[in-house]
Amino acid sequence: MRILVVGGGTGGTIVANNLARRLSAEIRARKVRITLLSASDKHMYQPGLLYVAFGQMTPDQLYRDQASLLEGSINFHVDPVKKFELDQNKVVTESGKVHDYDILVIATGSRIVPEDIPGMVKGADTFYTEASAVKMFKRLREIQEGTVAVVVGVPHKCPIAPVELVFGLHDYFKARGIRDKIKIKYHYPIGRIHTIKEVATWAKPEFDRMGIEYETLFNVSEVDAENKVVRSEEGTETHYEMLIAIPPHRGMEVIERNNMGEGGWIPTDRFKLTMTGHDNVYVLGDTTNLPVSKTGSAAHFEAEVVSENIASIIKIGTPVRDYDGKVYCFIETGHDSATYAMFNYQNPPDLKPPSKPMHWFKMAYNQMYWTSVRGLL
Amino acid sequence: MSDTKIVDARDTFCPGPLMELITHMKRSNVGDTLELLSTDEGSGADVPEWVNKVGHEILSNEKVDGVWHIKIRKVK
Repeated sequence: MRILVVGGGTGGTIVANNLARRLSAEIRARKVRITLLSASDKHMYQPGLLYVAFGQMTPDQLYRDQASLLEGSINFHVDPVKKFELDQNKVVTESGKVHDYDILVIATGSRIVPEDIPGMVKGADTFYTEASAVKMFKRLREIQEGTVAVVVGVPHKCPIAPVELVFGLHDYFKARGIRDKIKIKYHYPIGRIHTIKEVATWAKPEFDRMGIEYETLFNVSEVDAENKVVRSEEGTETHYEMLIAIPPHRGMEVIERNNMGEGGWIPTDRFKLTMTGHDNVYVLGDTTNLPVSKTGSAAHFEAEVVSENIASIIKIGTPVRDYDGKVYCFIETGHDSATYAMFNYQNPPDLKPPSKPMHWFKMAYNQMYWTSVRGLL
Repeated sequence: MSDTKIVDARDTFCPGPLMELITHMKRSNVGDTLELLSTDEGSGADVPEWVNKVGHEILSNEKVDGVWHIKIRKVK
């Protein structure tokens, strides 16, 4: 049985490690072979980018060697896939190598596409890449007064990030002693300040208490970098001194090039996590078209289901459980407090008041991630 | 006119039905019709509020067996 995992991010790495452990006897007996293909020999802890943008972490703290995170029985190659030939159960990599499989797991992730919004690349800062997070922090250090505007593209990964960013900005400028000279204005695509009703209900009085202005039903349509104006599809505009964008996202180019899903998102069964029309192809993390948060947390819980089911299929001939839509998101509510949102397809989150211990737990998790991605936590 | 595209956002809290609809609207062409399926009680009002503000067109809006079926035509 040949299991091929494409993508070395959170989801792909957890699946490969979890399978290697569950199927160790079968691997030793040479009945199972696990191969992982990734585009990079490094693994980035992506949530750390927000800390880089506030000068609380440096980029080197976000990386580990991918090989060091993997079980020794996994065949790991830095050789991204160029072509998926699903009807023939094989992929072709950038180097020209062909990998045949019996079971395929696709966890290629997503990418930011600020270029989809005219002017956004030139006019907006962001923190979704190492370089842009460092640049954003340098801009934050320089600004002395004026409006710092936050806009949110659709779709975007980590739906909690926009509110974490705003709370972070408030605390950052307060610490610099210039909060009274900075107007923070938050713009959000739908008719409340967060897509999760419970988060919006909790965050609104917090925004009011902190003096954060907000405009809802604002879908950014263009950025006029010369005149420092951001405009919405809904016909409004905001003048800014500094603009921070949560950029819109798409699935990876290889998915679009192979016509596997509109926007690069692969049609996926929300319970089985199999690709529509391909029962031996599993999809997880940002790569799916599911109406589920694009977060490391979702990828983690999906990876546990996928690996348990693949191992069960090999051992007893049937999958054993469905994905229930579980997501757990920390919410940093400033630089010294946090809360969390946990929900699934059927149960909305029940937000608890922010606390310092929850912030410390998040700080600890930033290190525990490396245990988590090894499939141990 | 192209076929109606179904946006199935039932039983989801994040990113939520309206955010799902906006995602699909951005990828659609002018003249396309989308039908949003939502179990969020607020969708019956939230979705038309956005559709009308941005200038698209609500073709129908009804709740059947606990599911909102909202048809929208992309106008611009």
